[in-house]
Amino acid sequence: MIQIKNLHKRFGKLVVLDSLDLEIKTGGIFAILGPNGSGKTTLIKSILGMVIPNKGDIKFKQKSVLQQWGYRNQINYLPQIANFPANLTVNELIEMVKNLRPKQAGEQELISLFGLEPFLNKKLGNLSGGTKQKVNIVLTFMFDSELIILDEPTTGLDPISLISLKMIIQKEKEKGKTILITTHIMSLVEEIADKIVFLLDGNIYFKGSVSELKEKTGQDDLEHAIAKIISRKDV
Amino acid sequence: MINEIFIISLKRSFFILTLFLSVNIFAQQIEVCETCEFSDIQTAIDSSKNGGIILIKKGHYKVKNLTITKSIHIIGEDLPIIDGQFKEYVFKINANDFSLEGLNIINPGQSYTKDFAAVLVSKSKNFSIKNNILEKVFFGLLIEKSRYGSISNNEVSSDGVDEAGSGNGVHLWNCSNMKVYNNELYNLRDGIYFEFVKKSEIYENYSHHNIRYGLHFMFSNNNNYHHNKFYKNGAGVAVMFSKFIEMRHNKFLENWGSASYGLLLKEIYDAEIENNLFEQNTIAINVDGSTRINYKNNTFSRNGWAVKVVGACYENIFFQNNFMNNAFDLSYNSKINSNKFDKNYWSDYSGYDLDKDGIGDIPYRPVKLFSYIVNRTPETIVLLRSLFVDIINFSEKVSPVFTPDNLTDNQPLMYMIQ
Amino acid sequence: MFKILKYSFYDLMRSRWSYVYFIFYLALGFILLFLNNDVNKAVITLMNIIIVLTPLIGTVFGVMYYYNSKEFTELLLAQPIKRSKIFMGQYLGISISLTLSLVLGLGIPFVAYGLFRSSAIFDFSLLLLVGAFLNFIFVALSFNIALSNENKIKGFGYAILMWLFLAVIYDGVFLTFLVFFNEYPLDKFSLIATMFNPIDLSRILILLKLDISALLGYTGAVFRKFFGTNLGMTLSIFILVLWIIFPVWRMNRKLKKKDF
Repeated sequence: MIQIKNLHKRFGKLVVLDSLDLEIKTGGIFAILGPNGSGKTTLIKSILGMVIPNKGDIKFKQKSVLQQWGYRNQINYLPQIANFPANLTVNELIEMVKNLRPKQAGEQELISLFGLEPFLNKKLGNLSGGTKQKVNIVLTFMFDSELIILDEPTTGLDPISLISLKMIIQKEKEKGKTILITTHIMSLVEEIADKIVFLLDGNIYFKGSVSELKEKTGQDDLEHAIAKIISRKDV
Repeated sequence: MINEIFIISLKRSFFILTLFLSVNIFAQQIEVCETCEFSDIQTAIDSSKNGGIILIKKGHYKVKNLTITKSIHIIGEDLPIIDGQFKEYVFKINANDFSLEGLNIINPGQSYTKDFAAVLVSKSKNFSIKNNILEKVFFGLLIEKSRYGSISNNEVSSDGVDEAGSGNGVHLWNCSNMKVYNNELYNLRDGIYFEFVKKSEIYENYSHHNIRYGLHFMFSNNNNYHHNKFYKNGAGVAVMFSKFIEMRHNKFLENWGSASYGLLLKEIYDAEIENNLFEQNTIAINVDGSTRINYKNNTFSRNGWAVKVVGACYENIFFQNNFMNNAFDLSYNSKINSNKFDKNYWSDYSGYDLDKDGIGDIPYRPVKLFSYIVNRTPETIVLLRSLFVDIINFSEKVSPVFTPDNLTDNQPLMYMIQ
Repeated sequence: MFKILKYSFYDLMRSRWSYVYFIFYLALGFILLFLNNDVNKAVITLMNIIIVLTPLIGTVFGVMYYYNSKEFTELLLAQPIKRSKIFMGQYLGISISLTLSLVLGLGIPFVAYGLFRSSAIFDFSLLLLVGAFLNFIFVALSFNIALSNENKIKGFGYAILMWLFLAVIYDGVFLTFLVFFNEYPLDKFSLIATMFNPIDLSRILILLKLDISALLGYTGAVFRKFFGTNLGMTLSIFILVLWIIFPVWRMNRKLKKKDF
């Protein structure tokens, strides 16, 4: 589904991605992990075209995405921070995003799942962080797209919503969708991820399943395994 | 028999009547027209006697230097055209008690050395020139060394394009006790020009679109002009080297353009300027040397400069005038000596009136720092009304450095004078 | 683009600040007209305010909107829309809503006062036109500054500095220069210097209709020629249009390489 070749990205003097190659096949959940500043978000944003790479190419379904925008119709994206125009209501925001995307949307189910009905006519500026994140999730999953990118989807969610979110993700996976997730919650990764892509110093340090990673590091626990990678690197 | 007698008596009375009428005609009125006994105006004039009337009927008369030296009255019927064919003068008059009315006098000669005019009047008195239309004139009415004449209800125009190639509408030289009123003058060099004219009155004229001045005084004392309107002239009125001129109830409008002004005062003494309206002139009053002038109840509205002083100025009093929305109320580049501003209304005044007596509690300073700067560097005018200029004006107002400390109106009015 | 425009316009039209801005102009219009009773004077006072205030408000609104809607913009960027359309939509949304506040805020009192019967209608329309131009110009300029500065505080600082420079400092330097090089012919220089500052240009444009044309004629032939004819008016408006086009063009160019 996605082929990334020789991807370079610098922010000023800071090299964030350094000749990164990555291929993500269709179907399954990919967890993109790595320490802070390893380039997870940059990688995701490069795929979405929000960050313009210095070098390299990104292909989505065999077509380069650089300076393109139409392909984003096939991607659902959940941004890290949910902040919306303060004076629009939830309903208007949903209508607006629907308006921007020329495809079918099924927001009703999601709205009732997260119990957002009472908030539909409230202004976004008056919502709590958690509620905003729920709105954010609704906006992401209401479209039927082949690729779903989630950047820290659990931020600010209460346990019940978290369970709902996991449920949605599983459902999408079953439909054969490709899902990219960045998160710091390892339990979530263990629970749902099919494959792990571990970024370190702007490159891919490891790519494989959770068990492969445990095997490679000799740890039974994912958190420890990851800690080991990072600490070994430091030595 | 009876019949015969009747016829004879009828014939006789007819004869007497005819005789009476023809005597009347020969003594008092001569008609001029193409088919009349007199078709030539000069011949008619020559044939007339003092007190006679020459009635010129409608027609187009080509003439040159019509000369009048008798007390006669020339009256046009239905505006006959008296065409000077661009040769010298149309009328040359040297007579007392004459009148000239109802004529359409056109095309006097043009010259760079001689002042050819539609009507030249010299050394005459008690005359009246009225209801004429003078077109394509070089000079219109040129009156010299004359007294007690009146010029009224005439329309004088030309198609002047530059100062050198055009003359004045009503030009008086060395005259006294004249009246010029209700005339319309346009497209001339000066609408009305007075040189060495005394004790004369100019009123209710409308002088517009003249190349130089609407009205021009040179060395003319004790004159009075009022209720005139000066619109879109090179400059409205120029009063130069004259004393005791009264200027009241005139309108100076839109004398607008580079170096243009409503009223120019040059070396003037003892004048009264009252109840005039100055609106949208580049400079409402340009003062180049003036002493003992009283400005009262004038309204200065939307002029570039309301009063611009470029020469010495002594003992002038500005009392109860309205200064409204002028770019500059007052500007000067010499010392302003012993002039007084009192109880004027200034639209730029931003003071307060706590005791509610209609008079602002803090003095107003009519000279702004920016007007001082513009005087020195005219190009800075492009910064007019910019925030920076407001800031420097304000700081100057708070602590005057460049503008004279004592030049203030200590009793600025809160409301304009109606 | 029109979808984005529509929603950011809705959003702004419901913001408290739009109302404050609208009510400010409304109050100003009523106070000027009904306390003064003189449309001509009101137009001049308004000019002073519009020339200074619209650029300031445009700048502040532009920068604030950009930084405040940053996350939302990111959400939009992930949608299948061209980047330039998102920003053009937002840009137009702000500019139009600010212009609407201005036009309605001042228009209502003037119409109530009987503007249509007054001869000042042309001056007044020109005033609103110039105000609209300044809104569009300064929102575009502030967007440029915001796009070039990730740091909100810095961006805000630069934007205010830009306003201060164009509204005050520029004229100060200009004036000093004119006074200092007094003996040289300066009219061409002044003319060009005016063109390089949209605030000065707008001011001149209004003054041409109010009172300056003949005053400028007082100085030199170049001024007289330029400002005495319709050429000055036409050219000034043309350059104001350029003042919108250039920042918008740069904004779009900057966008192509910008990371979010």
